[in-house]
Amino acid sequence: MSDLRDLYHEVIIDHSKSPRNFREIDPADCKAQGYNPLCGDELTVFMRLDGDVVEDISFIGSGCAISKASASMMTAHLKGKSKEYAEAAFQEFHKMITGQGEDAFDKALLGKLAVFSGVCEFPVRVKCASLPWHTMHTALEEKGEKVTTE
Amino acid sequence: MSASRISTLHLPPYSNSLISNLELPDDHSLRGSHDVLVRDDWEGLRLAFDVRSIRENFPILQRKVYGKPLVYLDNAATTQKPQQVIDAITRYYTEQNANVHRGVHHLSEKATHEYECVRCKVRQYINAAEDREVIFVRGATEGINLIAHCFGGQVVGSGDEVLISAMEHHSNIVPWQLLCQQRGASLKVIPIDDDGEILLDEYEKLLTTRTKLVSVTHVSNALGTVNPIGKMVEMAHRHGIPVVIDGAQGAPHMQIDVQAVDCEFYVFSAHKIYGPTGIGIVYGKEALLESMPPYQSGGDMISAVTFEKTIFNRLPYKFEAGTPNIAGTVGLGAAIDYVSNIGVEQIAAYEQSLLNYATDAVAAIDRLRIIGTASEKASVLSFVLEGAHPHDIGTILDQEGVAIRAGHHCAQPVMQRFGIPATARASFAFYNTREEVDTMVRAINKVGEVFA
Ligand SMILES: Cc1ncc(COP(=O)(O)O)c(C=O)c1O
Repeated sequence: MSDLRDLYHEVIIDHSKSPRNFREIDPADCKAQGYNPLCGDELTVFMRLDGDVVEDISFIGSGCAISKASASMMTAHLKGKSKEYAEAAFQEFHKMITGQGEDAFDKALLGKLAVFSGVCEFPVRVKCASLPWHTMHTALEEKGEKVTTE
Repeated sequence: MSASRISTLHLPPYSNSLISNLELPDDHSLRGSHDVLVRDDWEGLRLAFDVRSIRENFPILQRKVYGKPLVYLDNAATTQKPQQVIDAITRYYTEQNANVHRGVHHLSEKATHEYECVRCKVRQYINAAEDREVIFVRGATEGINLIAHCFGGQVVGSGDEVLISAMEHHSNIVPWQLLCQQRGASLKVIPIDDDGEILLDEYEKLLTTRTKLVSVTHVSNALGTVNPIGKMVEMAHRHGIPVVIDGAQGAPHMQIDVQAVDCEFYVFSAHKIYGPTGIGIVYGKEALLESMPPYQSGGDMISAVTFEKTIFNRLPYKFEAGTPNIAGTVGLGAAIDYVSNIGVEQIAAYEQSLLNYATDAVAAIDRLRIIGTASEKASVLSFVLEGAHPHDIGTILDQEGVAIRAGHHCAQPVMQRFGIPATARASFAFYNTREEVDTMVRAINKVGEVFA
């Protein structure tokens, strides 16, 4: 069970059961849809921007506990931050979950998101954790296309 | 209209190309505490079916995962291989390797003989009338593509319809979809009910003069449903419509008699029946195979080539261009021998009993719903658990050494039909035990603990 708790941290379970910012923003300044064909996880990320600032960010969709918690915590983490910060956090988050080593990413920047560090031990689940971030990134680029993890 | 119309379909004359026992185990592990729950005579089966010695033939089943014994319940994806199959492939490369149908030398003759012997074994296994009705391909997927391309291409035209069911694997959807697009035809779908059974009344209504071909799965890989293929073929034949059966999940689990079923085509993959990957077969009625154009072209499928023209080889070689997967074929032969030695009927009875046991055991789990509750099922147990996504179930079970599949099982329309994104799926083989089912049930209960 201890190994499993590396992945299913209490905080992750909590966010997966009661996801924060689980709603649509209408109208949104940008939004994008993400899809993981392997397991059918599907989510849409919405953002409202005030100049350079992410004034509001939310998501809807269905997916596994990891992708849901990741989306929930991402929205909580990025609300009120700048677009540049969001992109930087994505980079650091990605380094963390792909297991590039303790020193490879900026822990301070990620804060509570460190609960996802265990994901790197479960390679098939990396895409679950990264899907919301890829989707957010696409929304910011205002492509508004469907992204997939493939 | 009789079925005979099908074998005399007027098709372009490509055919001018033809020149023309039992040790009693003292194994308590096989006697789970749930024995009282079972409906059938487990004790009797246990006597006739020595699962412990069978397991010894599968080296991979002895290994551990995360320090726990491997419980392999992903047999619908691919099955494990007995030592007999592994040895046959090794022996082939060690002692016999040569190209087939070409050399005049001893080894080539041997390899050719062995290769053709397997064709005969496959014919016997599915009870085809002739060896030449068995074509070697890479697997079920390539088999269906061959049929869609060579046969579908002949019989399906603009405004026509191809009929499949709502429980097909993507391999039995996409080739027909592409064919229909190319031909300006449409793909029609036979609906299924909430248990995952084909609605035969609806099927009857969909059989019209526009229907040029029916292609259905023998057994659903996502739901476990065993379709009444004999009846479905009979119904189609009353309208003169040929039928393709996707036997990927049928061949490993039950006696196949293509003549009794009377289907026009039947395909399966060796890797799902304890053989190697990269080899499978298409069975086709001789008259149809004769009338079809070749699939690929090159060596072996010709009998004479000049730069002006090529005379195609006779069946089955017309459909086997290039050097085939000889070692894979040898492995398939060994797999068929292995399965036949145990006895397909014995296997079916044992697996049925195990499926019943597993069904009862998981049905007792809180908040678990079985997807696929047809009255006739084979070896597949798909389920969802309230509050836990199948992907999470898969990871948690994996940590306990239990290998299942989580996802849409290459059958997304089935998931849509049941309004779920995915299922967790345990699929059984004859080397699985009740004790392994118990381990799986304990692991599923762990899911509840993690998400508590
Ligand atoms: C019902 C069914 N049809 C076709 C296939 C495709 O088989 P293969 O991938 O071996 O070609 C599968 C394999 O998953 C299957 O379960």
